[in-house]
Amino acid sequence: MRNIIILAALATSFIIAGCKTLETVTNIGTSLGVATGTISAQQAESINKTSTAVGKTFEEITPEQEYYIGRAVAATILKTYKPMDNDELNNYLNTIGQILAAASDKPETFGGYHFLVLNTDEINAFAAPGGLIFVSRGLLRCCKNEDAVAAVLAHEVGHVQYGHGLQAIKKSRLTSALTVLAAEGAKNFGGEQLAELTTAFEGSIGDITATMVNNGYARKFESQSDEAAVTILKRVGYNPSALKDMLEEMDKLSHPGQGFAKTHPAPKDRINDIQNLISSAGPVIEPNERMARFSKVQPSI
Amino acid sequence: MKRIMMIAAGIIIMATLTTVLAKDTTMSVQIRKGSLRTTPTFLGSVVGNVEYGEKLIIDETRGEWLKATSQSSHRMGWIHNSAVTKKDIKMQAGDKTAEVAASSGELALAGKGFNSDVEAAFKSKNADIDFTWVDKMEKIKIEPEAMLEFIRKGLIAPKAGAK
Repeated sequence: MRNIIILAALATSFIIAGCKTLETVTNIGTSLGVATGTISAQQAESINKTSTAVGKTFEEITPEQEYYIGRAVAATILKTYKPMDNDELNNYLNTIGQILAAASDKPETFGGYHFLVLNTDEINAFAAPGGLIFVSRGLLRCCKNEDAVAAVLAHEVGHVQYGHGLQAIKKSRLTSALTVLAAEGAKNFGGEQLAELTTAFEGSIGDITATMVNNGYARKFESQSDEAAVTILKRVGYNPSALKDMLEEMDKLSHPGQGFAKTHPAPKDRINDIQNLISSAGPVIEPNERMARFSKVQPSI
Repeated sequence: MKRIMMIAAGIIIMATLTTVLAKDTTMSVQIRKGSLRTTPTFLGSVVGNVEYGEKLIIDETRGEWLKATSQSSHRMGWIHNSAVTKKDIKMQAGDKTAEVAASSGELALAGKGFNSDVEAAFKSKNADIDFTWVDKMEKIKIEPEAMLEFIRKGLIAPKAGAK
C-alpha cells in the first residue's frame, strides 16, 4: 500500500513537473511522502538516492539498452520485409558499411554496426538504434556505382550517430519505466516489474517503427543525416557527389506515397540542403577496381 | 581590455585542466567488446581486447582517441572515446550499490532497464516476431585485414589520423 502511494506521488510529481529532471521531481515526490506521513525521512533519503542514480542510468539510454531496443526494432522490421540471403552481397555491404561507421562520430556501439539487404523492390532503408541497418534491393538498384552504395549506407550510419530512432520514443514510455526502476532500486526485478518494463519496451519499439516505417523523420533529422553522410564519405575518400546522384535517381524512380517517398522529404529539398557541402567535389569518377567489384555484385541486386 | 585577457586566460587554463584531468581518470568500457590498438585509428593492430564494464586508466588523449591501460589485463593501447564512459559501470548490482554511487551520481547499472530479460519477455509476448536474422546479421563482422585490402584495392583514401 505504501509503495503504491509513493509511486503515485512520484508519478504525479513527474507529470506536474514536466521538464524537470528526475532528481528534482523525486525530491518533490518524497517530500510529499514525508509530509503526508506515508514514508519516513530515512526512506525518503533512500528513494532520493536511488532515483538519482537510476534516473541518470535511464534518462540517458545506455549503449547496452540501445542495443536491445535496436534488436527488437530490427526484428519488427523483419516481420514486414524478407531478408536477402546472399552472403556475397551482404559481405560487400558490410565491408563498405563498417568502414564508413568507423569514420563516423559514433564508431563504437554496444554490438557494432551490421548491414543486411532486404529482399523487396520497394525503395527504402532503415537504421535501427545501435547500428542494425537495412537497405532494400529496390534502393540498391538506384546505385550506379560503389560510391552511391556508400552514400546510402553513410546516410543510415548518420541516423544511428545522431540517435534519431531513440528520439522517437515517447517520454511517457520512459516515465513508466523510470517509475519501476525508482521503486526497485538495485535489486533484481520481480515478475510484476519485469512486466511493466516489457510494456514500456514494447511501446518504445512501436514508437520507433511507427516513425521509421510510416511517418518518417522530421526534415531536420534527414538533413542532419545527409550532412553526416557527406562528412563520412569525405573522411573515407568516397566522392560526396554520389549522395546527390542517388537523390536525383531516387527522385526519378520513386512513387508518391510509397517507400522512402512516404517517409522522406522531397529529394530536391534534400539536395538543396547539402548543396554547399558538396559544391567543391567534382562528378563521381570510379576507379577500375571499385567499378569491377560493384559490377560483380550488381546482378544479384 | 584587462578583463578580456583574464577571461581568455581563464578559458585557456580550464581547457588545459580538462586535458590534464583526463590522465589517470578511470573509465569503464560501455560496449560489449572493444580493442586496444597500437595506433589511434581503427586500422591499427590490436594489442588486446576489452569487455563490457572493464576499467581503463587513461594515460593520454589525442582528439577522440584515448591511450589507456586495462586495470585487469594491464595491456595498454588506443581506444576510441565512444567505447568508454566516465560512469562507473557496475556489473553486479548489490543492495548497497545504488546508495553508494548515488552520492557521486555517476553510476550505470549494467543489465538494468531494457536488458536480455526484457528481450526474452518481449519474445514470449510476441511469438510472431522472429530474431533469427537479427542474430545472423550481428555475426557479420569484417576483419581489419579484409577492410585494409578493400581500401587499398578500391583506391579509397581514408584521411591519415582521422578515424
